[in-house]
Amino acid sequence: MVTFFQQLVNGISLGSVYALIAIGYTMVYGIIKMVNFAHGEIFMVGSFLGLFAVSVLHFTFFPALLFSMIGTGLIGALIEKVAYKPLRNSPPITLFITAIAISMLLKNLVKTNFLAGPNPHSFPEVLSVDVFHIGPVQVSYIQIIVLLTAVILGALLQYFVKKTKTGYAMRVVAYDKDAAALMGINVNRTITITFIIGSALAGAAGVLVGIMYPRLEPTMGTLPGLKCFVAAVLGGIGEIPGAIIGGIVIGFTETMTKAYISSSLADAFTFSLLIITLLVKPTGLLGKKTFEKV
Amino acid sequence: MALLEVKDLGIQFGGLKAVDGFHMEIGDNELIGLIGPNGAGKTTVFNMLTGVYQPTDGEILFDGSSISGLTTYEVTKKHMARTFQNIRLYKEMSVSDNIKTSCSVRRKYSLIDAIFHTGKYYKVEQENEEQVQKLLKMFGLEDKADLLAKNLPYGDQRRLEIARALATEPKLLLLDEPAAGMNPQETEDLAVFIKWIKDEFKISILLIEHDMKLVMGICEKITVLNFGKIIAEGTPKEIQNNPQVIEAYIGRKK
Amino acid sequence: MQKNMKKGIIKIVIVVLVFILAKFLIREGIIGAYTERIIITVGINIILALSLNLIIGYTGQLALGHAAFMAVGAYVSAIFTTKLNLPFVPAIILGAVAGGAAGFLIGWPILRLKGDYLAICTLGFGEIVKVLIQNIEYVGAARGFSGIKLFTTFGWIFLFTVLAYILIKRVVNSVYGRDMRAVSQDEIAAEAMGVNAFRAKLLGFIIGCAMAAFAGGLYAHYLMFIDPVSFDFNKSTEILTFVVLGGIGSTSGSVAGAVILTVLPEALRGFGDFIKTYRMLIYSIMIVILMIFRPQGIMGNRELSLQNLMKKGNTFNIKGGEKDGIA
Repeated sequence: MVTFFQQLVNGISLGSVYALIAIGYTMVYGIIKMVNFAHGEIFMVGSFLGLFAVSVLHFTFFPALLFSMIGTGLIGALIEKVAYKPLRNSPPITLFITAIAISMLLKNLVKTNFLAGPNPHSFPEVLSVDVFHIGPVQVSYIQIIVLLTAVILGALLQYFVKKTKTGYAMRVVAYDKDAAALMGINVNRTITITFIIGSALAGAAGVLVGIMYPRLEPTMGTLPGLKCFVAAVLGGIGEIPGAIIGGIVIGFTETMTKAYISSSLADAFTFSLLIITLLVKPTGLLGKKTFEKV
Repeated sequence: MALLEVKDLGIQFGGLKAVDGFHMEIGDNELIGLIGPNGAGKTTVFNMLTGVYQPTDGEILFDGSSISGLTTYEVTKKHMARTFQNIRLYKEMSVSDNIKTSCSVRRKYSLIDAIFHTGKYYKVEQENEEQVQKLLKMFGLEDKADLLAKNLPYGDQRRLEIARALATEPKLLLLDEPAAGMNPQETEDLAVFIKWIKDEFKISILLIEHDMKLVMGICEKITVLNFGKIIAEGTPKEIQNNPQVIEAYIGRKK
Repeated sequence: MQKNMKKGIIKIVIVVLVFILAKFLIREGIIGAYTERIIITVGINIILALSLNLIIGYTGQLALGHAAFMAVGAYVSAIFTTKLNLPFVPAIILGAVAGGAAGFLIGWPILRLKGDYLAICTLGFGEIVKVLIQNIEYVGAARGFSGIKLFTTFGWIFLFTVLAYILIKRVVNSVYGRDMRAVSQDEIAAEAMGVNAFRAKLLGFIIGCAMAAFAGGLYAHYLMFIDPVSFDFNKSTEILTFVVLGGIGSTSGSVAGAVILTVLPEALRGFGDFIKTYRMLIYSIMIVILMIFRPQGIMGNRELSLQNLMKKGNTFNIKGGEKDGIA
């Protein structure tokens, strides 16, 4: 039972990071129906920006987090402008391939010796490694900060999407791009903002992961990227609360499988969960059923 | 016995009864019209007949057997075909391939025949090609056979859709608003054309239409739907003078 | 029939001549071991591209775990030759059957759903296969499967690549291929015209998976060593890029895509250290540029055919009335 609660704590902190990444997938999908496969690499870049801020600029945790979020936000906007925007009316597969190429590009760019180089880097300690005991369950200071950061960012996002004018525009564009344009909404600007926010959240997740698992390498984004895409689908792609739930479910499944079944089979479990969900409820947990008019 | 016999057909979407108590009888080589204001449930009836939607009540007898619960392609195999209100062609395929795909409902060969190019493969392909050529000629599309369907002018797209449906060799053809988007002259030509199809292919046709003139001019019997229920049925003359129909279309007299 | 026969004979003669020429060049040492290796890789990649193009270009389903089916074929055939001492050809055929069966297991539940679910599930399947193999001690787990005998020679590759091309050509030009294309363009209309959309999609998917598994068998018996990581998402992506570069839905385009993207990185290798270091970087930038400026790929959905080459000299068969030439 102690193991269970311990893993619950670990699962929630890992899941909250996954949720941050999954939100980016879901927002971009919601607004332009595109699976942005470079998103995992944005997360990786976020990690490295955080590392740069801490070790070169000697920032503390919070400024480093902000630095990384601004950096990835700008990179996300740049990618959208240069690579995705010209293809907005192309078939989904063209966009998809472009996203894969962008993901290769980012990986190999970071790998060059001008930037990080191919070897792993370790993230310096920016937060105290203290551990609290709640009964027999250990909760680290880092885990609390990670969870807190994720919750605050999630709440800010929810406020932004539901209460601000831009957030409202985002929902409208996601619903019907053409009608939104006719109503005077700047669709291009709204899409760019969506990319900035999604990427900034991935950047934040990158810093948080860097603190939790301090081993950074250019290929570190690929697998979490895939898993968070699974999380977004699981929750119902296009739905922000769905991405959060999906992220936590995935994080939880992963830690539980590692603890109780086999650590090497954890990823297989994650993806099996995806296939089973789709068979039972193809629209994901919170997704709405779409109906094609004949 | 009638070709199509529909009894007490109904469907419910959530709490809404979109169609309720629908009935209809179509004999051999008849041209029947189904009219009604927007949202009356006409296309929903088509979708139930062709298995796109599964009706919640009622029974559909076609050509002597029940087709309730069959999937769309099974219904087509039983010799019922349709067109769509918003044209649904295979846009990136050539005009002749659009028609040829339908031919394979009636004449097919095994995958082994396809891979080894057996005699059967050549024979069936030849027959299908002949069928396609015949239809292209009848529909005046022979010199557009190699164009992509999406590059055809609107009227030709409508005709291609009918040709494609006819290639499945239906006994009953359902046309969903074939005159939509046509000018009066084109609509008039279409009326002649539909009648000609009926006689040439010796089939029955069920026609959904907005254009009253078209329906009144060519249909032998007409059923009128409003809010999912039949409000009138009979010959064009009877329908024209039916007060309920006039009310549904024009509104109540003050 | 007569005309088809004559065309067929001309094609066979050309293929045999090319084979004899290549064989001669290899024996004389004009084509060295390095080039021969590239040619064999090209052959395997062509089969992979053709198989994925059948799924994406014809049935319209996006599959993102193609390397996993390749892995199934590679491992199954390697078990048959290495552990059960079966001859090469039956072993790779059994590998292909296993790949087709795996395709059936994934496709049967998923292809009933409308939408892009196949993409997501094949992606998941790819990861599951990789992880499962990493945990099977019998085939060397994560260390990889070594000691596979070398069977895949230039001759076999040549034969199987030609056969794969013919097979795909014949499938897509049959009622089955037309059904697949119809379904990919408008599933509802195709069903209304009597096409069993589920069966058309499933057939295309199974054939594609079986062919990928076959290519996996060739790959295993060429490299003589396979490990789970060689069949990861990156490999699936690589195959996808062949198809997209060549032009989705174009069989000859898939061949062109596979050839270019296999030879190009090797060619770039020759340009000294700078290129060597930044090879993957250049490669990815090139794809982005290609997607922006010519997203339909090299061939669009057109085909290059012998008949037209003979008839009109060096022009391309412009299918479906598109009038622009080849860029």
